[in-house]
Amino acid sequence: MKFRILVPLIFGFSTLAFARSWSVKPEVGKTVLQSAFDKAANGDTIFISPGTFYETDLKISKKLVVIGVQFPVIDGKQKGELLTITGAGTLIAGLIFQNSGYSGYLDIAAIRILNTRNVRIKNCRLKRNFFAIYCQRSSLCTISGNIIESDASGEVLSANGIHCWKSDSLKIINNKISGHRDGIYFEFVAASLVQGNVSSKNIRYGLHFMFSHNDTYLNNTFRNNEAGVAVMYSKEVKMFNNHFIDNWGSSSYGLLLKDISDSHIQGNKFSKNTIGVYLEGSNRIIMERNEFSSNGWAIKIQASCYDNTITGNNFLDNSFEVATNGDLVMNKISKNYWSHYTGYDLNRNGIGDIPHRPVSMYSRIVENNPTALMLFRSVMVDLLDQAEKVIPGFTPENLKDDAPIMKPLKL
Amino acid sequence: MNKMVKYVMIDILRNKMVLGYTLLLLIVSLSVFSLDDNPSRGTISLLNLILIIVPMVSLLFSTIYVYNSTEFIELLVTQPIKRSNIWTSILAGLMSSLCIAFFVGVGLPVLFFGNSQTGIALIVAGLILTCIFVSLAMLASVSTRDKAKGIGLAILLWFYFTIIYDGIVLFTLFQFSDFPMERPMILFTALNPIDLARIMILLKLDISALMGYTGAVLKDFFGTTWGFGVTLSAMLIWAFVPAWISLRRFKSKDL
Amino acid sequence: MIRAEKVTKRFGKLIALDKISVECEQGQSISLIGPNGSGKTTFIKSILGMVVPDSGTILFDNKDIRNNWNYRRTIGYMPQIGQYPQNMTIAQLFRMMKDIRKSEHISYDEELLELFEIPEIMGKRMRTLSGGTRQKVSASLAFLFNPDVLILDEPTAGLDPLATEILKEKIRKEKTKGKLILITSHILSDLDDIVSEVIYMQDGMIQFNKSLKQLKADTGEENLAKAIANVMRNS
Repeated sequence: MKFRILVPLIFGFSTLAFARSWSVKPEVGKTVLQSAFDKAANGDTIFISPGTFYETDLKISKKLVVIGVQFPVIDGKQKGELLTITGAGTLIAGLIFQNSGYSGYLDIAAIRILNTRNVRIKNCRLKRNFFAIYCQRSSLCTISGNIIESDASGEVLSANGIHCWKSDSLKIINNKISGHRDGIYFEFVAASLVQGNVSSKNIRYGLHFMFSHNDTYLNNTFRNNEAGVAVMYSKEVKMFNNHFIDNWGSSSYGLLLKDISDSHIQGNKFSKNTIGVYLEGSNRIIMERNEFSSNGWAIKIQASCYDNTITGNNFLDNSFEVATNGDLVMNKISKNYWSHYTGYDLNRNGIGDIPHRPVSMYSRIVENNPTALMLFRSVMVDLLDQAEKVIPGFTPENLKDDAPIMKPLKL
Repeated sequence: MNKMVKYVMIDILRNKMVLGYTLLLLIVSLSVFSLDDNPSRGTISLLNLILIIVPMVSLLFSTIYVYNSTEFIELLVTQPIKRSNIWTSILAGLMSSLCIAFFVGVGLPVLFFGNSQTGIALIVAGLILTCIFVSLAMLASVSTRDKAKGIGLAILLWFYFTIIYDGIVLFTLFQFSDFPMERPMILFTALNPIDLARIMILLKLDISALMGYTGAVLKDFFGTTWGFGVTLSAMLIWAFVPAWISLRRFKSKDL
Repeated sequence: MIRAEKVTKRFGKLIALDKISVECEQGQSISLIGPNGSGKTTFIKSILGMVVPDSGTILFDNKDIRNNWNYRRTIGYMPQIGQYPQNMTIAQLFRMMKDIRKSEHISYDEELLELFEIPEIMGKRMRTLSGGTRQKVSASLAFLFNPDVLILDEPTAGLDPLATEILKEKIRKEKTKGKLILITSHILSDLDDIVSEVIYMQDGMIQFNKSLKQLKADTGEENLAKAIANVMRNS
């Protein structure tokens, strides 16, 4: 009860001094929610009582504060969209949105934020929707603390958890997203922050990033997604302290970088992914202080990548450390710890005396002929790799760490 | 029958070679587990031990043992004992004593330190490999009367299954790289017990994930419980067939 | 008791046995004679099932011995060169042999064992034994299970005169019990007073198969050695 009084007070002072608050209860056969939204004036607060509201195509076109008490449910019965917000400054909190419609050709969303600004979606739960939250041509919006779940089983009849398109300055914080096509999807989104989210068990990417520049994502966990995280056609992206875990599968990545430039990848953990980081057409990326452990391939770097710096990372027990398809690789690799390193350190300065070649002969063979993977860890393959180490001939001459570190770095 | 197995086993276990083999395995597995705090890395180190040392010792020791037992076999053949009894007793005696050696040397440390699905796969693969190579040794030693030739044949078999075969497979993969080779690869794998053992262990380790990269065929075949069962059965066939052929030959062999 | 019919065995190009047909009856004591490489040992091994003939059949008590092993219960075999597991002691060897055949419930004949004074060296390992001692062990083993048929391949080779006499005496004794005794030997004088029949083999074929009396009558010689020499000269 305190909450009811307190919240309008806070918002009341900050916006309009005479803002009122409303309360809405479910009534059979009546669209009480839309009537409340229509009746309320700009800046008003609406409290929604517990219960289930079977209403679709709700519209909020003014600034409202909509707060659910004990998580009332808005159920779309799998028909149409649930809520479209065009009113700037609107806050939605504590509601459950479920069962939006599905469509093969329309982007049907549970909550759509359209052509507006300063909208906040907080602590809501979204269940079994097509698109859960769709942010379109908006800016300065915050989506935080939501739990977004679906049970999508195929790419066709599934859509993204948080979908942002042509927006900027968004904050996507502390959400938990699972079972969608892409957990978080950014297309033409600039200067935004993605922080503390957990995106897991999505049938495509945990995070999908297209043409989105100057964005930052921190402290997120991407776990067990069918294809990991993809960052494509973007520049100046900062990726700090994220965890990429258990993205196993035939075309799975921890992190897929395609046509990325001037970006910074630091302090991340890549563990048990088929491919830790895959770089294609990516330039001037700095990768430092990351940990790669127990991945199939720690890094796959295509010949189309230039001027990347890979330094001060730990490579621990990866089946293959680095693979590449080219011969000449213009990237700087130095001062990493490699658990495959077999060199020595006679002058005891902590740096190995002979360079480490993280691309093994066998990884080259597998690049050319994937079926050869079935000979993995066979005696013959070990012999080949040893022979190649003694007399290098097939592995790229330039791809080496001249100063491999003897002990793992403390990250 | 049981009495014969008993005498063969007493004779083998009295042999210093078997004791040395057990100690070697024990020292290697204990040092692997005590030096490395990561049990899965320890398992990978043991993988090589199992794929190289176990077949070699099983083959050579068994071949030499059968040749050294020529007198014993001749003595027994003049007695009212079935020939097949004599041969299967030697086979069973060799298999069980070498399996005991392997279990003490590798099985117990694995169960103690890295008891996991991988560990179990490792032990099962090692035990079956032991049986397979004892079985092949019996075939090698029944094939020729000459001890030197027999041991030579055993070494050749070991070399073939350990290295040469995989070399041929790799060569073939490259020769036919324009064709889908996943299905033939399943056959290639089945034709070498060491490859089967390796895949069986790796399925519980890292290859199950990497395999997807090679295409759906291998993943769908080996990546399932059914595939594991097929792998296991193929290995059992490898253990059974050479022993069976050697028994047939021994039955009509002149002594 | 033992009947061989057209038994043939080749080792590569060498024809070791060439359509051998022989019949041996209970109570006979047969000497199998012939030059080295004439197929004596191969024939004996065929009877024992150690060598499998290419063609022909061997019947033991009218039963084909092929894929049969039970008939060997009634055979005591003393090989030309006794080979035994090197690391076993004599005691262990005898214990093992008795243990393996325990189910047959037969009385052991340890007379020869005692006469050769083997119990005193029971702790010795087989590899340390001299050729003669090994022969004594072989002989003792052949008689141990009281068999109806004794097959002795060069039984006196390597034995000292005293031991030879003991063994011959034992053979004579068993002969009187009506056992079938099959001996190969090239020291013909040894056999004179034991043998009742003579089979002479050469190049894998049987040259003749006669009773000793008949042989002596045919050749006009008084002892076996001379009779054989006579045959060989005339053939």
